[in-house]
This record gives sequence, structure tokens and C-alpha cells, in this order.
Amino acid sequence: MLTREEIINVATLARIGVSEKDVENYQHDLSAILDYFKKLDELDVADVEPIGHITGMQNRFRNDSNDDFGKLGKEEIMKNAPETKDGFIKVKSVL
Amino acid sequence: MIKELHKKLINKEITSVQLTQDYFNAIEKRDAEIGAYLTLTKELAMQQAEFVDAKISKGENIELLEGIPGAIKDMICVDGVRTTAGSKILDNYIAPYDATVIKKLKECGAVILGKTNQDEFAMGSSGENSAYGPTKNPVDPERVAGGSSSGSAAAVAGDEAVWSLGTDTGGSIRQPAAFCGIVGLKPTYGRVSRSGAISMGSSLDQIGPFAKTVEDAAIILSAISGEDSLDATSAKSSDKKYEDYLTGDIAGKIIGVPKEYVESLEGEIKNVFEKSLEKFKSLGAKIEEISLPHSQYALPVYYIIMTSEVSSNLAKFDGIKFGMRFDDSAESKSQLSSSENSNATSKKLLETYLDTRKIGFGAEVKRRIMLGTYALSAGYYDAYYLKAQKVRALIRKDFEDAFKKVDFIYSPTCPEVAFKFGEKSNDPLKMYLSDIYTITANLAGVPAISFPIGSVVEDGKALPVGGQLIGKWFDEEGILNMAHTFEINKQ
Repeated sequence: MLTREEIINVATLARIGVSEKDVENYQHDLSAILDYFKKLDELDVADVEPIGHITGMQNRFRNDSNDDFGKLGKEEIMKNAPETKDGFIKVKSVL
Repeated sequence: MIKELHKKLINKEITSVQLTQDYFNAIEKRDAEIGAYLTLTKELAMQQAEFVDAKISKGENIELLEGIPGAIKDMICVDGVRTTAGSKILDNYIAPYDATVIKKLKECGAVILGKTNQDEFAMGSSGENSAYGPTKNPVDPERVAGGSSSGSAAAVAGDEAVWSLGTDTGGSIRQPAAFCGIVGLKPTYGRVSRSGAISMGSSLDQIGPFAKTVEDAAIILSAISGEDSLDATSAKSSDKKYEDYLTGDIAGKIIGVPKEYVESLEGEIKNVFEKSLEKFKSLGAKIEEISLPHSQYALPVYYIIMTSEVSSNLAKFDGIKFGMRFDDSAESKSQLSSSENSNATSKKLLETYLDTRKIGFGAEVKRRIMLGTYALSAGYYDAYYLKAQKVRALIRKDFEDAFKKVDFIYSPTCPEVAFKFGEKSNDPLKMYLSDIYTITANLAGVPAISFPIGSVVEDGKALPVGGQLIGKWFDEEGILNMAHTFEINKQ
């Protein structure tokens, strides 16, 4: 069973707010699923190459250039931001 | 169905505007009960339909899909249209561009009726995880439509669209297609560009069609597939017209039935499946038992890889760049967070993140982000993600070995028919098990189609059973022709 501290640590890493009740639920739910994952311990995969790209595709390259969305495009994008100022996305104070 | 409608359009028996209006009327009549749609795009649809009608009246040639109305899963961006992915966190998000598949469909002249309901961020197998209410199965409204592309399946099955698009990460096209009694196709990983589809598990996701017939699914696939510089994982275009490969001839084809999939099958589904094997035999195919020895590890591998990728992909929903922001000071006070991150300097920003994601995401999405974050966190990467990617290589090897002996792999799409609401929603593991036959195709990257093979009677209702054909990498035409041949030879 995952400890209370482990759950709070994961929740903080995941940036998900949790209450005491949530912590208890996650302790139960996540532990059950992690136990199920243990099935993989049956296999010895020491010599197996992990999958990179499933159909074996290699790196692809394109010109290092940017497309401008134009004024209209920028407006459309910025409309979706919760808070903007002078054409920039406003971030909460960090100081 | 698309070809018939196309003929009627060019013979001027109907207009695209009429046809489109008929579908909006059907939606108005039925959708309050079914819940297939989240947003209707009436203005866009009518413009598209009028444009096609003008071409026809001027005597210009039109393509097969021109003027034919369909629906788009809300996971896929349509320029200027609300795109929620079934989540509250994107409740007010207006897509500022078209996904590549939408661009292609618009170029083909297809008419877009609206955006369809789904499990939140495509996480679920029943449609019950939508933040906007469940989708009901048109075959029996007391039952789920399947998931996660619940609305796209229900729209086609309930005659609220001719065709639709879904996304499939572990079965999210094929399972709802099976539950609703229609055709659903997950193409090979890379066959269709994902640019503009909201990502879930990026090494698994594919976009694909739903339709009433295999031929219609083939027509949609021809329209949406192809290489795209905006999706670096997309494969070289084949420029195939998949509908031209439906010969109706499958003589000599070898179908492998994995013993690991069917040994636990029971009851009526087993009967329906065995009858379908007989049908394939009578059409000239050969049936062989095969083994996919690592099948038993597919579900844990899938849930490790998918949740890890989910935790990374969904980090962008933070209440700052787009989507909803929730700042609730009462919430913030109750938040627990570990000390390293809650020092006074970044408190305000952190609180915004914690509140927004706590309130904006539903329970299943948070559960998967938590699992994936745990699996990727320091000290666990080797034990979970890396190990899963290694076992995934063994699963792909199973398929490579099988395809040396057989042309296709065949099983039921799901171990069950559509279940009733609430039956599984409290047990995540039980819900995950409904993906047991579908997830391997995503893990191996191979194409797979679900098509109706019969039905099972429960509570006086004939509930559809889907058969799943898996093909070799990029052999979409092979599985389409197999399913088509089965379909046209049903009594």
C-alpha cells in the first residue's frame, strides 16, 4: 500500500490538489492497480530492446523556420488564455 | 450508403442542404435522449452543403464524400468550434485551427454536423466519464454506447450522422462500434496524422472512422490518411483509394484465431463468434489456431505506457495558457502538497495549478495522471515504463511471428456486449478489462477493424456483437476487404 506521504508527493508532482479523503482513495485505488502491474515481474526482459517507435520510423527533419499565424491567428490563440496583458499571457506571481 | 447518397446528389434526387437538414432534424428529435453531440456546427454545415449544391447545379463533378454529413469526436480540433475533449477544463476552448484530418475532410467537401460526446480525454470504456453526461446506446438506451468515442458511435448507429471520426488509444473506436452494431476502424499507427487531435497516449493514439458499412469506412479512410509534416510520426502516404480494394474475394486467405483470446470466451458470444468462423470458411478462408503468448501481459503494459504518456500530455492543462482556470481560495486552503514545492515563493502559481487541475479534471483522468506520474517518478522509471516498453517489444514480436503464418488475426472485439449504466463505473480494474482484446493492436501498432457479426438477446433486445480483424502493418485494405466480404454475404 502506498503511504500518505507517497500519494501527497505524487499529487504535488502531478500538480493535482488533493484533500485528506482524496489521499485515502488514491492509496486504495493506485495500490490495487500497481499490484496488478506486478504481473510483469514474471518476465525476464534483461536482453530485450525497448520499443522506440512502433513501426520503426527514424528521425525526420524539416526546415528550421517558423510560420506566423498573423494578427488574426494570434488573437484566436490568445482568446483561449484565462488572463492576458498587452498581447502576452499573464502568469500568476511567482515571487 | 455514401455511394448511394452520392448518386442521389449527382442525379439531383436530393440536395446536400436537404440531406444535412434531415440529419439536424434527426438530431433534434433524438439527441436529447441519446446524448451523442456536445456541439452542433449548423452554420458551418449549411455553408458546406450550399457550396456543394452550387457545384452540382453548375454541372461540376463532385467527389464521393462531397455534401455527405458526418460528426467529429470532440477530441479533434475544428477551427473556430468549441473543442472540449469531454472535459470541464476545456469547457470554453475554441480551437484556433483545423486538425489535419479536418482540413482533408473539408477539402473533400464533407459536411460537418458537430462535435460528439466522449469519455473525458478519451479515458474510459463506457462514455460514462464525460463531464457533459453519458451517451446512451441507440440499440438499448439503458446501456452504454461504449467508449471512449461514445458519441461518434451512437451518432452513426442512431442515424444522427452518415459517418464519424473517433480516436483509438486502446480500443476507443472498435469497442463502441461493437457495442452499437456498426463498423469502426483503427488504422496502423502513423497511417493518419494526429495533428490537431488532443493527445492522450502519443505512442498509441490513432484517428479512424465509424460508419454503417465497411465501404463507407474505407471511403473515409481514403480521405483522411496520408503523411503530414505536422505529425512527425505519420507514415509515407500510400494514396490508396481503399474502397477500390473491396473485391469480395477472400478465397485462400488464412485467418489466425489466437487461443489466448478465445479460450475464456463463453455463452452466446462464443456461439456468435463460432458461426462467424464458419461463415469465413464458407467464403473460402482458412482458419488456423495461433498463439500470442504475451497477451496476458498486454493490459499491465498498456496501463503503464498509456498512463505515463497521459501524465506528460495533460501537463499542459494548467489554468494559465488556455482552458478553464479555477482559483478557489476555500479549495486552496484544503490542498495538501509536499514541502519542497509549497515554499512561499511560488505559492500563488502552485495553488492555481492545484485548484485548476483538481476541479477541472474528472476522477478517472486524475487517477491516470497520478498513476503515470508515479510510474515516471524518480526511482520507478526502470521498473515500470522501461520494463513495459520492453514487454511491448515482445508483444510486437508475437504479432510478427503470427503474421509469418497467417494473413489476419481474428477474435471478438470485446468479451461482452454493451453493459448497463453503472455496472462497472466503481471498479477501475473491471472497466479496464473490457479493453482486453483491443489494446494489443495499439501496442503493436497494427490496423484493426470491428464489424458486426451477430447479436445476443438480453432483456428482449438484440445486442450487437463485433468481430475484430487485425491486419499486418499498413494492410488496411486487407482487413477492409475481409470485413466487407463478410458483410455482403450476411443472410
